[in-house]
Amino acid sequence: MPLITYRDALNQALREEMQRDPKVFLMGEEVGVYQGAYKVSRGLLQEFGDRRVIDTPITEEGFTGVGVGAAMVGLRPVIEMMTWNFSMLAMDQIINSAAKMLYMSGGQFRIPIVLRGPGGAAHQLAAQHSQSLESWFAHVPGLKVVAPSTPYDAKGLLKAAIRDDDPVIFCEGETLYGSKGEVPDGDYVVPIGVADVKREGTDVTIVAWSKMVSVAVKAADTLAAEGISCEIIDPRTLRPLDEAPIIASVQKTNRCVVVEEGWEYSGIGAQLAYLIHRDAFSDLDAPVTRVTGADVPMPYAKNLEHLATPSAARVVEAVKQVLYID
Amino acid sequence: MASRVVMPKLSDTMEEGKILRWLKQEGDKVETGQTLAEVETDKATVEMEAYTNGVIRKLVASPGDTIKIGATIAVIGSPDEDISALLESAAPPPAAQARPVPTAMPIRATAPPQVVSHDAATNRALRASPLALRMAAEAGVDLNALQGSGPQGRVIKRDIEAAIAKASASQASAAPAQPVGDVQEIVLSSMRRTIAKRLVQSKAPVPHFYLTVDVAADRLWDAYRALREENYPISLNDVIIKASASALKRHPEVNASFAGDHVKQYSRVHIGLAVALEDGLITPVIRDADSKSLADIAEEVRELVDRARNRRLQPHEYTGATFSISNLGMMGIEEFSAIINPPEAAILAVGALREVPVVEGGQVKIGRRMKMTLSVDHRVADGAQGARFLATLKRMLENPLLIG
Repeated sequence: MPLITYRDALNQALREEMQRDPKVFLMGEEVGVYQGAYKVSRGLLQEFGDRRVIDTPITEEGFTGVGVGAAMVGLRPVIEMMTWNFSMLAMDQIINSAAKMLYMSGGQFRIPIVLRGPGGAAHQLAAQHSQSLESWFAHVPGLKVVAPSTPYDAKGLLKAAIRDDDPVIFCEGETLYGSKGEVPDGDYVVPIGVADVKREGTDVTIVAWSKMVSVAVKAADTLAAEGISCEIIDPRTLRPLDEAPIIASVQKTNRCVVVEEGWEYSGIGAQLAYLIHRDAFSDLDAPVTRVTGADVPMPYAKNLEHLATPSAARVVEAVKQVLYID
Repeated sequence: MASRVVMPKLSDTMEEGKILRWLKQEGDKVETGQTLAEVETDKATVEMEAYTNGVIRKLVASPGDTIKIGATIAVIGSPDEDISALLESAAPPPAAQARPVPTAMPIRATAPPQVVSHDAATNRALRASPLALRMAAEAGVDLNALQGSGPQGRVIKRDIEAAIAKASASQASAAPAQPVGDVQEIVLSSMRRTIAKRLVQSKAPVPHFYLTVDVAADRLWDAYRALREENYPISLNDVIIKASASALKRHPEVNASFAGDHVKQYSRVHIGLAVALEDGLITPVIRDADSKSLADIAEEVRELVDRARNRRLQPHEYTGATFSISNLGMMGIEEFSAIINPPEAAILAVGALREVPVVEGGQVKIGRRMKMTLSVDHRVADGAQGARFLATLKRMLENPLLIG
């Protein structure tokens, strides 16, 4: 199987879906002539022309609104947020138009739109450009939220998102774009709402998504050397959440650590911890423990940025805590 | 010179014996070879003989006591000899009153475990993880008796696991059985204890696989009826023993034992026959069954079964089988799988002979069929070898003239 980058896997998904369905088009800042701020849309303008790969002004609310309107009349827009930090400007269109249109029109208008772009911290992008906002969107009924961790999942899930008839928030990882993985040529779909066991284990369940999966894997490697076996579950879709495999895993291991890049307060991990306590209470030997971003605006200083971001060392510490190992 | 009489090893699986009754009393004269006592071993009731001449000076063990092999049960000496040194060195009847209780854990007869209770003395809240609470309730562990190893003394999974392990380790010294609620605890007989131990030794380490055939038993039935009409006192089971022995002779790969780094294959065929008793079972052995006539086998089986039921089998009569047969057909069981009796490599489970509709040449007719399931130790033989043996056996039973 070809080994390609996360970036190229997304590019393949876009290209194949645009070839497959003439209603699919891409719109956003610098997606065309500049080939994408992160080169995800490389070659698409040349192949599909400027009616299907559209460069926009710096107007998130405007082009998101155009996208919602296009979706209402039957097109399948893919809207690129240069990063999710800029989506805040388009919140009214995302929350009040995209998410609610099907409901408020009494089922007359489906909104098959994909809003995609990178989220999370990269390197020293500071407080305003380092945010993981997936919990904001997952809060809203009417939105689906996806956050793939591997090139394989990225391609399969983006294709599923484009074919989905509801608005999908597609959170990519800025530091994942260059990561490589095996991706089949041609068509395949990773269904929305299906979790994946990234590693099987017996002693503790670690739930992680997007780039926190690689942090969890690194921690699991360290712990394996000490004889501790970690099971890593990647929900891949944050809403709707595939609860059953997470509960089943906790019933097996009796312990759970949730790793989340975003802030702790009202995070996705809070919801996961609630679900586990609700459905696997009598299987828990320790409280569900969370490793999250620090409860501060992201510092610019490199050393502080490192401290504010979940690390493998902190995951190791949390796992030992739920295992009652000093 | 006085000597101790110790509990002898009366069978190769015996670890302790129960004194049923003394046939001599203190002060009685005994001679070598005279019967001293009746002892119940794991397999049978055996008469225990004196190995020395003298006078019974002391009966250390009382009827009903269960004594470990090698422990002193009596002292024989001359009438006025000082035996105090011997008595001192004699261990007190240790296992004597210790009756193992089948339940692993002391059960709280009172209320179910409370979720959080207060220790009155220290006013300490009892903390436990939800999992620990559940495990404690399921295993009947008293949380109040545990010191938790988690934060703030929280009782966690490993504390319950340790408590369960500790309880099963001290099981042997647990209190005598007492009725708890609706549960009646039945003290295990020596035989039931041996069955429990031996079959776990089989089922856990021996990788069993099972092969089932349906034998067209019409001709077997006709032959059996014909013999019965001529007043030959044989049973169908005798025929199955004879046929199995003949088939094993041709398939020695099933007449074998697993021995760690090699397989022992036996040239002689000794068939163990599972015989149900009131409170257990025993497998008397028909030696060299392949070379005995059907009439000899029938007579020997009748005699062995009779003595098995009266617990009068000698150890050599129920050990040394190379293959076993268990027949529950007369109990109406159509088909079942048996657990291998180690170190044997296979056991044949025979079901009931039943009348069934069979299709022959496009016609539905009444036929007689009998299911047999062979359990095989996969370390010794593979599916195809087991199947070949079973095919030979089936062919013989379907055409009884081939037996022998």
